[in-house]
Amino acid sequence: MRYLPLTETDRSAMLARIGVASVDDLFVDVPDSARFDGQFDLPDHMAEFEVEQRMSAMATRNITTGDVPSFLGAGAYRHHIPASVDHLIQRGEFLTSYTPYQPEISQGTLQALFEFQSMVALITGMDVANASMYDGATSCAEAVLMARRVTRRNRAVVSGSVHPHYSTVTETQAKYVDIDIDILPPDLDGSEDLSGKIDDETACVVVQNPGVLGHVRDLSPLAAECQEKGALLIVVVTEAVSLGALRSPGEMGADVVVAEGQSIGNPQGFGGPYVGLFAAREKYVRQMPGRLCGETVDADGKRGWVLTLSTREQHIRREKATSNICTNAGLCALAFTIHLSLLGEDGFRDLATLNHARASQLADKLSEVPGVELLPEAFFNEFAVRLSRSAGEVVDELAAQNVLGGVPASRLFGKGQGLDDILLIAASELTTQDDMEALVARLTEVLA
Amino acid sequence: MSHSRDLSRSPAAAGSGTRETVHGHEGLQLEELLLFEIDNPGATGVDLPEPGTFTARLGGLERQGEIGLPSVSEPEVVRHFTRLSQKNYAIDMGTYPLGSCTMKHNPRLNEKMTRLPGFANAHPLQPDATVQGAFELIDGVAGWLKELTGMPAIAMSPAAGAHGELCGVMAIRAALDDREGGPTTRRRILVPDSAHGTNPATAAVCGFSVDAIPSDSRGRVDVKAFAEKLDDDVAGIMITNPNTCGLFEPDMIEIAELIHEAGGYFYCDGANFNAIVGRVRPGDLGIDCMHINLHKTFSTPHGGGGPGAGPVVLSEALASFAPVPWVVHGEEGFSLVEHEADAGAAKPFGRLKGFHGQMGMFIRAYAYMLSHGRDGLRQVASDAVLNANYVMSSLSDVMTPSFDGPCMHECLFDDRFLKDTGVSTLDFAKAMLDEGYHPMTMYFPLVVHGAMLIEPTETESKRSLDDFIAVMRALVDRAKQGEGESFAAAPTMTPRRRLDETAAARQPVLRWTPEMPTAEAAE
Amino acid sequence: MAERKYSEDHEWVEVDGESGVIGISDYAQEQLGDVVFVELPEIGKVFDQRDEAAVVESVKAAAEVYTPVSGEVIEVNEELNNDPSLVNTDAFGEGWFVKLKLTDPTELDDLMDEETYTTFVKGLS
Repeated sequence: MRYLPLTETDRSAMLARIGVASVDDLFVDVPDSARFDGQFDLPDHMAEFEVEQRMSAMATRNITTGDVPSFLGAGAYRHHIPASVDHLIQRGEFLTSYTPYQPEISQGTLQALFEFQSMVALITGMDVANASMYDGATSCAEAVLMARRVTRRNRAVVSGSVHPHYSTVTETQAKYVDIDIDILPPDLDGSEDLSGKIDDETACVVVQNPGVLGHVRDLSPLAAECQEKGALLIVVVTEAVSLGALRSPGEMGADVVVAEGQSIGNPQGFGGPYVGLFAAREKYVRQMPGRLCGETVDADGKRGWVLTLSTREQHIRREKATSNICTNAGLCALAFTIHLSLLGEDGFRDLATLNHARASQLADKLSEVPGVELLPEAFFNEFAVRLSRSAGEVVDELAAQNVLGGVPASRLFGKGQGLDDILLIAASELTTQDDMEALVARLTEVLA
Repeated sequence: MSHSRDLSRSPAAAGSGTRETVHGHEGLQLEELLLFEIDNPGATGVDLPEPGTFTARLGGLERQGEIGLPSVSEPEVVRHFTRLSQKNYAIDMGTYPLGSCTMKHNPRLNEKMTRLPGFANAHPLQPDATVQGAFELIDGVAGWLKELTGMPAIAMSPAAGAHGELCGVMAIRAALDDREGGPTTRRRILVPDSAHGTNPATAAVCGFSVDAIPSDSRGRVDVKAFAEKLDDDVAGIMITNPNTCGLFEPDMIEIAELIHEAGGYFYCDGANFNAIVGRVRPGDLGIDCMHINLHKTFSTPHGGGGPGAGPVVLSEALASFAPVPWVVHGEEGFSLVEHEADAGAAKPFGRLKGFHGQMGMFIRAYAYMLSHGRDGLRQVASDAVLNANYVMSSLSDVMTPSFDGPCMHECLFDDRFLKDTGVSTLDFAKAMLDEGYHPMTMYFPLVVHGAMLIEPTETESKRSLDDFIAVMRALVDRAKQGEGESFAAAPTMTPRRRLDETAAARQPVLRWTPEMPTAEAAE
Repeated sequence: MAERKYSEDHEWVEVDGESGVIGISDYAQEQLGDVVFVELPEIGKVFDQRDEAAVVESVKAAAEVYTPVSGEVIEVNEELNNDPSLVNTDAFGEGWFVKLKLTDPTELDDLMDEETYTTFVKGLS
């Protein structure tokens, strides 16, 4: 078999040196009752081309966003990834290297992480960022637990603007920890007012901008109120490209920013792996979860990088760790860094402008369709519309017509929550005029 | 503003006699600045079309002022990251004998399959009817894992091993709360003293406290000591099998019986599954849940630290508490259960991450599973154990194995053989770097002094094992010859020598800022 | 000259009248390695004997510092925020952690004196 270098000759020679007759003798500590000598209900090994045939057949059973006009967002976005990104991350030295615990032979990974941390801090407008987490939703949960540690208070307020995956994951992760998570109802017109909800028992307020239904808001007044009451303001960003067009959460007064970085460098990939961004003010650095890469010098005085502040982490603090997390999103963070390097200052801003332009143009076209009502006045590249029919049914009918028309809000919030007629529609730099016309035409038919 | 850096002050390594070069390059080993230091405003690595006419609707919240990102062209970006990559060690280059990490070959077929457009371009929230192939794949991986472990149920969403551990322990907590109709009174989790640090961290997050079980003289769980700790406040036990010393825990079945009798549950840390895949079904041992590291046993790449995937197989007792979402196979095809309201009789404890799980890692693992098949996977465990024992037999006359008898897929040594040499386990490891090897796991597990845990994996050829053994023997020899100083100075030939971790922790510099000292001022 | 008393966890207390200064011993700092950070309590905090009063971190380890005696925090060594290495270079002097107003001086009888502690440490190596 192609991944197993040992030949029978090798095995015999090795067994001879060890001094046993067969490999079974090496499993001497496994009691007979534990040994499985039956046959698994699984196929035997296959040639590489046979595997390809099997898996290609599975892949072609999917209709995907590359095949048809597609307007899906809701926390994962369709963007163009420059060809260089995938080539660079597949270099064996990046793809097949381990966590940089031996810094002398991991400077590639470490320098890239330092650049990643720097870029994340810049785009979010914060002081410091970690080396990434599993995804945006788990970053959000970790931020709330951090707020509890820092403030020693037991209540978190989660705005209705927050993506339900994020609020549910936060609730789950906090379930057996002494903190109450107060999740507010969906904010359909963007007028949610949190001022009555923050008091001196509030550890943090979690708000998403742009909100899950698309609303873009100025968070400065909320930030001021949180600061006054001693609560941390945690801002969620599910579309990282929005940071190229909008005032950063840091500028608006956030204490922590958690985001999904998938939009930059990483494909939609049916949901993962993605990359969680976590950035905060300097004063919280020793309470932050996840890996951190820091600058230092080596024995020759040359600049280099190491993982640092490890005493927060599980392998040292054990039960007092800031989190149990062991991995970062490694390769996904690298892809993010490479893509953002290619974009650069101007490219990132231009990409964001282009995204907003396409969404704005689409919104104009859709407002001509009877039975479609645009909800947010201000948005980035995604907006909710109210339809004259069930959004779930509309989406299924559009799909049968080869248009992936968006994500029904009921998919995120559950059915019967008063959102069954709400559809989330996203655009990006890849959205063409033909795509928009196809959506308008099919939607008009379906709503007639 | 662009900077040109004079890196000519790269000093020659002590006694090596190399002359200094203009930029500090040494042959193919090229120095590389930070992107921010090669910033060239006006340069760009992408081309984008004009947006055309549109109405701005950002609510007046347009970003003002610069972000501060560097501007570079595509050739510069490619060169930058190519140079960085050349400073990394990787499996593709050489042996990575890290214990319990299972650094096996990462097949490129895995990568090719992930990039099939039908998978790569699938959005997680498309209508079910349009992604039947994607669900089929997730279901396929789930099926293989259940079959190989002999367990009836599985939670696919955890994003890494530690996340899977959290899933398993949360399921235990949920089951206990459900049984008692309120927060359980059982708050103690028993964990062997040889356990990895994630175990106590996870227990704490689930509202449990940890009680350590001592190991016996064979490095295994002392079953008598364990039994004595059982009481009606015990929630469960967390055991790694094979354990962190590379040994199979022979009393698993008895331990399972005892913990179940006491009313608790059995979590198994599956990090070392590579030793027993295809030969032992953990389900036969009586466990209630086990996480599987797809990036260990199932060859998905480590990527410099991630991403991983940690699906958790579950017993009947815990199955109904698995978190959303999960794939169901009905008459009309596959669909997804995403909300508690649609969970039927199941009582999911919640949701662990956004969307459905690490799909990209499922695809890679599936390609690997299909490639090896049931016969190949059994051979994987055999060869993994054979390789580790070959290494142990070849070194046990000059190094000190911590335990007698065969090991499983990894062999454990301690630092007794270095006594009176003045060379520590750390120094020994750093000397390996100069020989072209990533060191083995050091100082873990904590149950022996100066631990060295070596896991070759099954993808090392006999030749590469012999090369590794020769280097280890030579290093032991040098240590015993009294060359302690050269060990303390190691490494000298790597892109960087030992780095000052104390300075990094005392004055953390975690990002680039314009005012930072330049590379040469760091001297 | 005030006498130092020691706990089995390698903390020391040096009493002067009603107050006492606490820190960690030279043996402890050596075990820890280079100290990178010290987390000190707030002034006014009241501790019982053996409460966790501070945390000391090195690159590879973090250790809780338990107060050997009960008392109220009246002063903390702010210098450690700027220079945590003082714990390594002068564990019994400039590397002190916290000054307490003792609430129960009889607790000092539970602790080891200099000679007993020295013997104790020798037995550990």
